[in-house]
Amino acid sequence: MSYQKYYVPESSRYPIFAAIALFLLVTGAASTINDLGKPDSNSVYILYSGFAVFAITLFFWFRTVTKEHLVGLDSAQLKKSFVFGMAWFIFSEVMFFAAFFGALFYVRNFAVPWLGGEGEKGLANILWEGFEASWPVMSTPDLGSAFSLPEKNMSWPGWGHAMEWLPLWNTVVLLSSSVTVHFAHLALKNNNKRVFNIWLGITVGLALTFVGLQVAEYYEAYAHYGLTLNSGIYGSTFFMLTGFHGFHVMMGGFMLSVMLCRSVFYNHFDPHDHFGFEAASWYWHFVDVVWVMLFLFVYIL
Amino acid sequence: MLNRISRSNKFSLIFTPFLFLTQPTLAAWYDINMTKGVTTVSNEVFDLHMLIFWVCVVIGIVVFGVMFYSMFAHSKKRNPNSATFHENTKLEIVWTIVPFLILVLMAIPASNTLMNIYKDVEGDINIQVVGYQWKWQYKYLEDDIDFFSNLKTDWDEIYNKTPKGEFYLQEVDEPVVIPVGKKVRFLITANDVIHSWWMPDFAIKQDAIPGFINTAWTVVDKPGTYRGKCTELCGKNHAFMPVVVRVVSDEDYKEWVSNKKAEAYRMSELTEKNWTVEELKTRGEGVYQKNCIACHQTNGQGIPGIFPPLTGSDVVLNNKAKNIEILMEGAQGTAMQSFANQLSEVDMAAVITYTRLAWGNADDGNGEIVVPKDIVEYKKPKA
Amino acid sequence: MSAVIESHEQDHHHGPPKGITRWLYTTNHKDIGTLYLWLSFAMFLIGGAMALVIRAELFAPGMQIVEPEFYNQMLTLHGLIMVFGAVMPAFVGLANWQVPLQVGAPDMALPRMNNLSFWILPFAFIVLLSSLFMEGGAPNFGWTFYAPLSTTYAPPSVTFFIFSIHIMGASSIMGSINVIVTIMNMRAPGMTLMKMPLFVWSWLITAYLLIAVMPVLAGAVTMMLMDIHFGTSFFNAAGGGDPVLFQHIFWFFGHPEVYIMILPAFGITSHIIETFSRKQLFGYTSMVWAMTSIAILSFVVWAHHMFTVGMPLAAELFFMWATMLIAVPTGVKVFNWITTMFKGSISYETPMLFAIAFVVLFTIGGFSGLMLAITPADFQYHDTYFVVAHFHYVLVPGSIFAIMAGVYFWIPKWTGNMYDERLGRLHFWLSFISVNITFFPQHWVGLAGMPRRYPDYALQFADWNMVSTVGAFMFGASQILFLFIVLKTLMGGKKATAEVWESSRGLEWTLESPPPYHTFTTPPKVN
Ligand code: HEA
Ligand code: HEA
Ligand code: HEC
Ligand code: CUA
Ligand SMILES: [Cu+2]
Repeated sequence: MSYQKYYVPESSRYPIFAAIALFLLVTGAASTINDLGKPDSNSVYILYSGFAVFAITLFFWFRTVTKEHLVGLDSAQLKKSFVFGMAWFIFSEVMFFAAFFGALFYVRNFAVPWLGGEGEKGLANILWEGFEASWPVMSTPDLGSAFSLPEKNMSWPGWGHAMEWLPLWNTVVLLSSSVTVHFAHLALKNNNKRVFNIWLGITVGLALTFVGLQVAEYYEAYAHYGLTLNSGIYGSTFFMLTGFHGFHVMMGGFMLSVMLCRSVFYNHFDPHDHFGFEAASWYWHFVDVVWVMLFLFVYIL
Repeated sequence: MLNRISRSNKFSLIFTPFLFLTQPTLAAWYDINMTKGVTTVSNEVFDLHMLIFWVCVVIGIVVFGVMFYSMFAHSKKRNPNSATFHENTKLEIVWTIVPFLILVLMAIPASNTLMNIYKDVEGDINIQVVGYQWKWQYKYLEDDIDFFSNLKTDWDEIYNKTPKGEFYLQEVDEPVVIPVGKKVRFLITANDVIHSWWMPDFAIKQDAIPGFINTAWTVVDKPGTYRGKCTELCGKNHAFMPVVVRVVSDEDYKEWVSNKKAEAYRMSELTEKNWTVEELKTRGEGVYQKNCIACHQTNGQGIPGIFPPLTGSDVVLNNKAKNIEILMEGAQGTAMQSFANQLSEVDMAAVITYTRLAWGNADDGNGEIVVPKDIVEYKKPKA
Repeated sequence: MSAVIESHEQDHHHGPPKGITRWLYTTNHKDIGTLYLWLSFAMFLIGGAMALVIRAELFAPGMQIVEPEFYNQMLTLHGLIMVFGAVMPAFVGLANWQVPLQVGAPDMALPRMNNLSFWILPFAFIVLLSSLFMEGGAPNFGWTFYAPLSTTYAPPSVTFFIFSIHIMGASSIMGSINVIVTIMNMRAPGMTLMKMPLFVWSWLITAYLLIAVMPVLAGAVTMMLMDIHFGTSFFNAAGGGDPVLFQHIFWFFGHPEVYIMILPAFGITSHIIETFSRKQLFGYTSMVWAMTSIAILSFVVWAHHMFTVGMPLAAELFFMWATMLIAVPTGVKVFNWITTMFKGSISYETPMLFAIAFVVLFTIGGFSGLMLAITPADFQYHDTYFVVAHFHYVLVPGSIFAIMAGVYFWIPKWTGNMYDERLGRLHFWLSFISVNITFFPQHWVGLAGMPRRYPDYALQFADWNMVSTVGAFMFGASQILFLFIVLKTLMGGKKATAEVWESSRGLEWTLESPPPYHTFTTPPKVN
């Protein structure tokens, strides 16, 4: 391959605005959280302004990258940089989830049994008389009023109730969305734009369905199961793992819808060169794999 | 200030970098080395320490020896033309394997000592050690003895207003007492944040984790007073919660136990007594100095943002019931712990009364006082 | 359409734009490297000033200049700022300058993201430092922020601390992605992996470590945030969690983090030693393997920071053995350096002096590390000044010396001017002597039983603490000289040639000094 010039933009004002946006976001978020329960606090506006600046900046930033691509400023080598970059970004996300899965592993295998009097550090139980280890933890070691104890949990309810069990449906929805996004990709490679748009549209629809079901599940948990963030370690791990996953579904779904818009309104994608879409779909597969792990470790086992 | 540096140390001030090897002759060895301690385990640990130390010294001499030699002999001046070798597989294998073997030789005694330390079964005497911000509680599980151990050093000494005593920061009002030659097991935990119970002479350092129990055991053959410290950052007064253990003969220990029990009985009698406001207030001031001042400060002004003021607090001024409650139950999820098990009924009543009357609170609030009976009443199970 | 693309005219001018926007909007790896280095130096001074507050308070027993509460804040911020603000950004700055030059790339792979990685940092530190002025004061729970001291018992500013860690993490991750992609994708034709300069190798591994562990740190602070404000009980036994869980997560990040702070130093040292020994580096291949093994091992030794938390015996044994193993690859590196010098033709310019001091003093720090790894002995060492001495030996005459060595080594290339050699050597000797006066006696007070994180101590530790404080002020003052030397070099000085040093090796020395604003727009060939 002959040498292609590597495109280095001369300068850009987007990064500094993104940095300012992050600054507003974090100061806004921190002061809003610290002011929770104070009705006269205005901190939340800093947070909003951070969001606004961030969204606008990213919009223009990505628009510029897209335009550069369309006028052919980028080279195959630059595309490879994007590919590597995305891959490593996803790896960092994997490690973020690893922290939470690790926490789940630790509490299930060590902390909770010890508190319940089992294992090498089981002596701890003399501080928590009456607490018995079980998973999901339906009663906390401290039996006092500090925690809202759940009446039901989200685990596998047995074959009899499998059909009313939302996580199963969620799994079906998300797994099939991985398939549909793959079909979309195939269609794109065959230069069949209409079919591509349809499959991608279905994928976005499935993403929305998933989020809807997840909301329903949370509603059930809070309204009928008494299972909240405040239910001790089971509630903590359950909501943090599924919550961060749900958040990533929303991000992935958003990316896919942006790709859908780019395809429907601007016809941006070339059958041989469509990294924007590919990146979004990788992300989507990653989100899917995380769900499979969740399904296994949070719901089933 | 400089006169505190002894003459030999003024000398070393200049030569510190070179002192590494000559130091033992200049300052007392124990001032710069690990304590040997007084138990079999602590001696084993000390030997281990010296072993690895000397291994490192020897390796260091060899490695740096070669390096200094070539720095001297192969300088540009002496060796204008450098050699060209840059690989030698055999050599590289040797210096991978030899250090590995040295490490294995070190790991064997280390693992053995560790396994000895972990042979931890029931002791003759079991003491539950509980870390609090910033004091230790000791509960003798067999004997129903239960007391707190606070720093004894005066704050005036700490703030350089009076000269510092010999055991500056290493003295407590009530040391733990254990008998000589018996296997004592400590069940270590904490009430608020993580602390760590360190007794160098026994080579015990165990973190005190709230909600969990760590254990450590010792057999001490030499009577004496041993001094240790809290070694996990636990907030503002982390440096001010020492550990002192008194190891005594068996008879002395028995006597101490019966004295402690008698004392508890006298305490309960005090509750029955009719207390005057003045008596309560005076007693309360003492209790306050010992238990509350760390957070709520000398004049009850607190520290803005972390510890609320008691001066002018609505609870303290006007709400007697709430005031008792907060001391008996603590405030969930804050540094304000329950004092129900730490203070006797008398001391509890006294300190509440004191805070309600001191610093002008008497004038601003309703001036209600609390007597020991109120506390007894509060403790009765509610129907 | 191309009219809206601001940079399409890049072929027309080659110098940097003028004014402040040059720095705000820059996508140039050299500019960004410079920004990183200055930020790092500023943070070093601020963190150092805090260390001086600490040392001044410890000059004599008794509380004299600060309250314990404030001491804890200084301690925490000192640790955080030195780690996240001084050492890490300095290495990123060096990577920005050197990696593209050393692999023959036109710039970093993702130049705009590079700018973002940098500009997040000043804001993150503004957030962190502003906590000093908040009600309840700055974070006061140590740079390791163990729960529950950092959750239930923390001052309100902890929320700001958490978010500032979040964005620092984001910055590090983006920075590392950039470095990895540059190295993987932008090497000049012919530069195979095993021909890469060692600084590049060291950064490839470092970046990988960073991407692996920064998200874990983000997870840890997120759990803290939830525990503090939203009722979860990750670190609360009452709800079934465990404070020790925090430590496991933190150190899973924290231990690789300490190698993040040393691997690039290994890379720099290798270049300097071979250059001034006028002899090719001994054992290039084993250097690469050693760094790789160190990185891999670093993921399985984290609990050596937690020997006293009461882990089961099997865990204590495993973490002891795994930790000891790290001495093997590290030893290989030390031996390689020394063998490189052996039969070389060594001259002692400032970078070489710092590099030699690095080898000696880092090794001493490594020895004390090895002692700490011996679990039963660590029961006595843990949380005493012996640990403080250990990690300052690997960090100050370790990482910081290597950074300074790197600056002296490359600054003629960056500016086109030679630094003042006489002043450089003076700076070295002052630093070398005072750093030992500061930190060597800390081994002794530590062994004799002085716990760390204490604002006040028993009388038998008085003498050596006084010595240590004197050393610290000397060391601090010496760094002002460093600032002066750097500024002087920027202003002018003897012109540097392209090679700068007599026996320099590598692509960066094929460019004129200073290199043009845009370099290697067509990649060089390596054979
Ligand atoms: C740059 C940073 C850095 C580096 C490189 C290291 C390197 C090492 N560290 Fe260190 N460490 C820290 C930074 C670092 N550390 C910090 C910041 C802390 C404290 C954190 C806190 O609590 O705040 C800490 C704490 C710390 C502890 C916990 C102590 C405690 O809290 O109780 C331990 C315990 O095992 C340890 C061990 C080691 C070991 C075995 C190495 C090894 O990598 C060293 C290997 C090197 C050598 C051994 C020398 C060269 C080798 C030879 C010449 C070969 C031959 C030698 C032999 C066979 C002996 N370190
Ligand atoms: C890379 C990391 C790094 C570096 C470079 C340093 C550098 C120094 N550290 Fe650091 N230190 C840590 C990382 C580091 N430290 C960590 C992680 C901790 C643990 C924190 C914890 O326990 O949580 C710690 C803890 C720590 C303690 C222990 C406190 C305690 O446990 O109670 C001490 C005490 O002596 C100390 C001293 C010093 C000194 C004297 C320097 C010197 O080398 C500093 C020299 C630099 C200067 C002095 C700057 C020069 C500036 C001036 C002279 C003037 C200033 C002027 C203006 C700002 C205008 N440090
Ligand atoms: C370790 C620190 C600490 C100690 C020791 C301590 N307190 Fe407190 N105290 C607090 C904190 C923190 C609060 C705030 C609790 C909250 O936020 O609800 C508090 C709250 C109070 C209140 C309620 C004040 C109000 O206005 O709501 C009273 C009364 C009180 N403490 C009395 C005492 C007394 C009496 C003692 C000693 C016997 C004592 N405290 C010891 C930390 C402490
Ligand atoms: Cu208790 Cu430190
Ligand atoms: Cu470590």
